Amino acid sequence: MKIVVTVKLVPDPNAEKRIDPATKRLVRTGVETVLNPYDEYALEAALQLKERIGGDTTVTVFAMAPESLKETLRKALAMGADDAVLLSDAGLEGSDVWGTSYAMAHALKKVGFDLLIVGGLSDDGSTGATPGALAEYLQTPLVTNARKADVADGKLQIERETDTGYQIVKAPLPTVMTTALTFGEPRYASLKGIMGAKKKTIAAMALADLGLDQSVGAAGAKTELLSFAPPPVRGKGNVVEAADGATGAKAIFDFLKEKKLV
Amino acid sequence: MNFDLTDEQRAIQSLARDFAQHEVKPRAEHMDREEAFPYDLVSKMAELGFMGLPFPEKYGGAGADTVSYALTVMEIARADASTAITMAAHVSLGATPFYLFGTEEQKQKYLVPLAQGKMLWGFGLTEPNAGSDAGNCSTKAVKQNGNWVINGTKAFITNSGTDLTGGTTITAVTGTRPDGRPEISNIIVPQAAPGFTRSKKYKKMGWRASDTRELSFVDATVPEDSLLGPQGEGYKQFLTILDGGRISVAALSVGLAMGAYDEALQYAKDRVAFGKPISKFQAIQFKLVDMLCEIEHAKLMILKAAWEKDHGRDYVQTASLAKLYAAEVSRRVVNEAVQIHGGYGFMDEYPVSRMYRDQKINEIGEGTNEVQRLVIARLMGL
Repeated sequence: MKIVVTVKLVPDPNAEKRIDPATKRLVRTGVETVLNPYDEYALEAALQLKERIGGDTTVTVFAMAPESLKETLRKALAMGADDAVLLSDAGLEGSDVWGTSYAMAHALKKVGFDLLIVGGLSDDGSTGATPGALAEYLQTPLVTNARKADVADGKLQIERETDTGYQIVKAPLPTVMTTALTFGEPRYASLKGIMGAKKKTIAAMALADLGLDQSVGAAGAKTELLSFAPPPVRGKGNVVEAADGATGAKAIFDFLKEKKLV
Repeated sequence: MNFDLTDEQRAIQSLARDFAQHEVKPRAEHMDREEAFPYDLVSKMAELGFMGLPFPEKYGGAGADTVSYALTVMEIARADASTAITMAAHVSLGATPFYLFGTEEQKQKYLVPLAQGKMLWGFGLTEPNAGSDAGNCSTKAVKQNGNWVINGTKAFITNSGTDLTGGTTITAVTGTRPDGRPEISNIIVPQAAPGFTRSKKYKKMGWRASDTRELSFVDATVPEDSLLGPQGEGYKQFLTILDGGRISVAALSVGLAMGAYDEALQYAKDRVAFGKPISKFQAIQFKLVDMLCEIEHAKLMILKAAWEKDHGRDYVQTASLAKLYAAEVSRRVVNEAVQIHGGYGFMDEYPVSRMYRDQKINEIGEGTNEVQRLVIARLMGL
């Protein structure tokens, strides 16, 4: 069975970020690029499935990113993926969700998969739209927010996390699945994995390999970012000053009650 | 010149940082308070490959270089000195002697499980009356009926009494050299050897979660083939082991300084006095700048020594300079980190107070600052 995991390379979530007002894009210079944290859960799911299914199951990671970020993919290989495919092309720059999904879907068709696992969200763009768009273009079912997954008799069965509990959902392969953060903490890349990762292949793909009939990148974008604004500055908190603990506790309790929090 | 780490070195550094910040740091305070040896962290470090980091894969290691090893020790020490010394002593003092001087059979028997982190091992050089004067060894081993019979005491031996410890390699006088000086050999002593006992853990000022004990040998008996390396080579061998160990201890020192700096920087940004964060005051800024400057300086020296070792150059002097300097940097940085914290820095619940206690040993262990200066002076030909 062939499992493919899409990973996005995003600016380090812990770094301070800035948007360039002229291009309306995130400034990437001086910020380290890492695997999208949500995608690490997707990869963890793939590796767990591989361990469970065994046999000739393989895990391939797929990324659409500038060639210069290629080495960032090694972490996914060090965690245990077997190989990687990197779709890079100057013509992809500035793609919106539509262009990204359209190009990715065509590339993923070429890569081929039985199960495509996608992180639920990207840490930078946060549209959450790519998994759905991919399933649409790939003409497969989409099962989302999996906290557990298993494959039997050519079918994927997941526990789908919801606000009130979970559902058990079955879908035929090939299919697209997204992972919930409850699937399990992504594993560390071991030293053995790191040392082994340099021998694994990262295959290159470009737009010319896809034969797209519509233009992607900034030119083909169907949506436009009009403006952006930083989140509003948080107001000052209330400091409760009280003569003694009991009075203070009462004041805090009254405040919480007024906000209907207790 | 090229100051870039390789992709592999960067990946290992980032793995060590993730692991140390997420798994080790949150536990450091509790482990220190309870003097709790971190068995689970050792097992996790073994799984990740840290316990055999620099040894070839065929001996159960990860086959990484000395630069990667130094970076890893720094990151773990940044989170917790006790965990770092447990790992660093295991690699540099416990396992390395087998790698450097063991027969193929000894490597298979001891180095493989040590590199896999399934077993820990001590290195017994220091005695109650022989620290820097390690050549003045009073532990004696005499050959009797195909066995070595050992009598003596070893002091301050790291990893010598944990549930995972397989034994300790000790130095002992095995005869007299032609020039009349004592002949020293390294002997492998498993925990189960009759006559070999360990004291309770020492009560220590710092490194409290690490396992340090006194070893006692009363007619302790091991088979004749328990020598590590040729008879009479013990003195030369432990000097070689200590040379490499200096990179390790230097990394431990600067890692602690990095951890203290992290705490001080964060505290200076959070703590408000006279209406603004104290990081806005020049007096605090200058302290933080000086701390960072010294840390960077020490790191460069350590990485240079590690690079020299990886490239087969003579690294002994650089490693000694790095060990001496990093130990003193750790003292100054930790001291200033406490100072920036003011009264809170004196409180047990602030990590810098633990770091202050953990620091002192950096200037004593594996060669005091004074002995380090002597070693360097000799290397300078003075």
